[in-house]
Amino acid sequence: MSESKTNETTYKPTSPNSKLDFASLWDYAPAPESAANLEVKKRYELFIDGKFVKPTKGRYFKSINPANGKEVAEFAEATQKDVDKAVKAARKAYEGEWSRISAKTRAKYIYRLARMLQERAREFAIAESIDGGKPIRESRDVDVPLAAAHFFYYAGWADKLDYAFPGKKPESLGVCGQIIPWNFPMLMLSWKIAPALACGNTIVLKPAETTPLTAMLFAELVKDAGIPHGVINIVTGAGATGAEIVNHKDVNKIAFTGSTKVGKIIKRSLAGTDKKYTLELGGKGAIIVFEDAAIDQAVEGIINAIYFNQGHVCCAGSRLFVQESVADKVIQKLKDRLETLIVGDPLDKNTDIGAINSRQQFDNINKYLEIGLQEGAEMYQSNCKIPENGYFIRPTLLTNVSQSNRVVQEEIFGPVLTVQTFRTADEAVEKANNTPYGLASGVWTDKGSKIFKVGSELRAGVVWANTYNKFDPTSPFGGYKESGVGREGGLHGLAAYVNLK
Amino acid sequence: MSVQNFLKVTPIDHVAVHEKVSRFNTRSIKKESKVQALKMALSMMDLTTLEGNDSVGKVKQLCQKARQPHPAMPDLPSVAAVCVYPRMVKVAKDSLKGTKINVASVATAFPSGMSPLSIRIDDTKYAVSEGADEIDMVISRGAFLQGEYNLVFDEIAAIKEACGAAHLKVILETGELHTYENVRLASDIAMHAGADFIKTSTGKISPAATQPVTLVMLEAIRDYYYETNKMIGMKPAGGIRTAKQAIQYLVIVKETLGAAWLNPDYFRFGASSLANDVLKQIVTQETGMYQGSDYFSLD
Repeated sequence: MSESKTNETTYKPTSPNSKLDFASLWDYAPAPESAANLEVKKRYELFIDGKFVKPTKGRYFKSINPANGKEVAEFAEATQKDVDKAVKAARKAYEGEWSRISAKTRAKYIYRLARMLQERAREFAIAESIDGGKPIRESRDVDVPLAAAHFFYYAGWADKLDYAFPGKKPESLGVCGQIIPWNFPMLMLSWKIAPALACGNTIVLKPAETTPLTAMLFAELVKDAGIPHGVINIVTGAGATGAEIVNHKDVNKIAFTGSTKVGKIIKRSLAGTDKKYTLELGGKGAIIVFEDAAIDQAVEGIINAIYFNQGHVCCAGSRLFVQESVADKVIQKLKDRLETLIVGDPLDKNTDIGAINSRQQFDNINKYLEIGLQEGAEMYQSNCKIPENGYFIRPTLLTNVSQSNRVVQEEIFGPVLTVQTFRTADEAVEKANNTPYGLASGVWTDKGSKIFKVGSELRAGVVWANTYNKFDPTSPFGGYKESGVGREGGLHGLAAYVNLK
Repeated sequence: MSVQNFLKVTPIDHVAVHEKVSRFNTRSIKKESKVQALKMALSMMDLTTLEGNDSVGKVKQLCQKARQPHPAMPDLPSVAAVCVYPRMVKVAKDSLKGTKINVASVATAFPSGMSPLSIRIDDTKYAVSEGADEIDMVISRGAFLQGEYNLVFDEIAAIKEACGAAHLKVILETGELHTYENVRLASDIAMHAGADFIKTSTGKISPAATQPVTLVMLEAIRDYYYETNKMIGMKPAGGIRTAKQAIQYLVIVKETLGAAWLNPDYFRFGASSLANDVLKQIVTQETGMYQGSDYFSLD
């Protein structure tokens, strides 16, 4: 073994701060998921009353693949007349067939959608990655299976609503207007549609203008599943289309997931009406790592908290608070871990971080990086190669920041983590709660009692312990303060779609 | 080097370790990167025979396999070492003359280690005097579970001294340590006591090597490296039978410790039946066709 030490000198650390070299040997060859299975049409129409119909004004908009800038397809732009048609169809269905069929039959339809979605899971996953830029690893393993799980879960509730609300009689609301965001298009569609159907409502849904593809594929499923006409209507368009839904007089309920800015506008326009609403808005999740945590696993938890889905997650853990005694160690390990994250082609099975969803969001994140630097933050980005075309941002850490910085206060919605330290649990909780948001947070410690104490003091709708971004249809989700109103998921998610007598 | 407090447990989150391993296993290794990995795996192999019925003939045949894993492809790398009992060291050493293949020997009353320390030291010295380049020792698991960490430390240090120039691999027998915290602590003790390599298992009890255990040990090696700048090697042994598993292990090494560990000086597979599956996959990659098992020598 005399020659054994010769290797050491030939390696050089990947990053200036690291001793480890993650780059100079054994690159993974490209492993792209084949998109051959997915047939994307040139143009998609509106789905109203069980039929695909052209928009009244004949206008279409393009959806772009953010990984290469190419056009995915054209989608119809729904205007006031189209939305009105969709709401009328939903009303007619609600008062007609849909209100007369048994709860068991409703369950059957929802179950059928779940099964069909599972059968075509691969197509949906590829479509989600092409249209939105998210890595196939996530759309395949998280988005689509979870969406199907939501349909399965709420199918089970459809004929058991009386048991969900003991002593009360749940009644459906009527026509639900649902507006969903671009970060989890298919998953958010399932969060909205599944409980609404289970409770006996009809639906007009609008997907985001940058990611309408999977919603239109879903419309095909609805058609194939033989769901009565008008029960689910899908209209595409931008903010103006959404506003038409929100302001339509014959809508009984608005469910919105998106930015706090738009949420406030919606709440204002709903004031004085009798429409019910749930709003799931922005966040600036705090993640707290104590010195007694399992550090290597906490680092992995942080990675999942902020770099999942390029950081386009309303509940992302974007503010790290790490106890001073272990701060250097955690930051060192985070930097090394960033070097092993693969940024690139969303369809490559090895990609960890895909493309930023749109030009607009890309510019927005870069604007915040500038602001951070102006505020005195130290920026660390991984050294990985990124594609020349398309919108990509390397995973980023901002250290030397404080509560008064905009990058700590405002939602960036990208792969950017701010890092602050604390000395005591009280200080961590105080800083974590010192935000207008309150959607989610995470705590890492090996000590069970600390989890319960800190967890109960955090003002956030979700507190994860020693993990992050774990979702399940049985678990309610929603925010405090500017992060929203109402809960989705689980038993609580049913309450948002019924009146109780 | 800071003073190590072995009573301070490094917490390991069992659930998160398993999650991390399944994330590693989603890596898709194809084409040229697969060939590269397979050749790497072959070069990192410790071909092993540790049976009561090992004979001169058996060991000679194994050494022949080590020199030339697959005669149809003479350009393939040879394996890293042949691992045998002390009495077979000389046979192996003679059979491997003129090659760079090391002879590793298990010692210290393998696999239980339940002999007095003096006998274990003699066992080690004998293997080294017979020509062993590497010694695979076992720790006293009973003493470890009793909390006698200093004893475990001292024994490893004593064996290290007995090794002289030979490299020391310390077998933790993780299947008998039960928790990842214990695995972590035993790794720390072994590295601080002078191990050149830490190794999961004897292969004599189940479970032998697992990916989560390997990850915990690699993270211990990483922390030791951060702290001391000293690189310690890793050897999962037992239970690794397929090329696919071997590639998964290499992914874990690459993304935990980086390129410097991806060579036989710092990473080894202890295995008896892995070689043929790796060879079969290499042939498949290079020719585009699977060959039947009878085209690969059984030794």
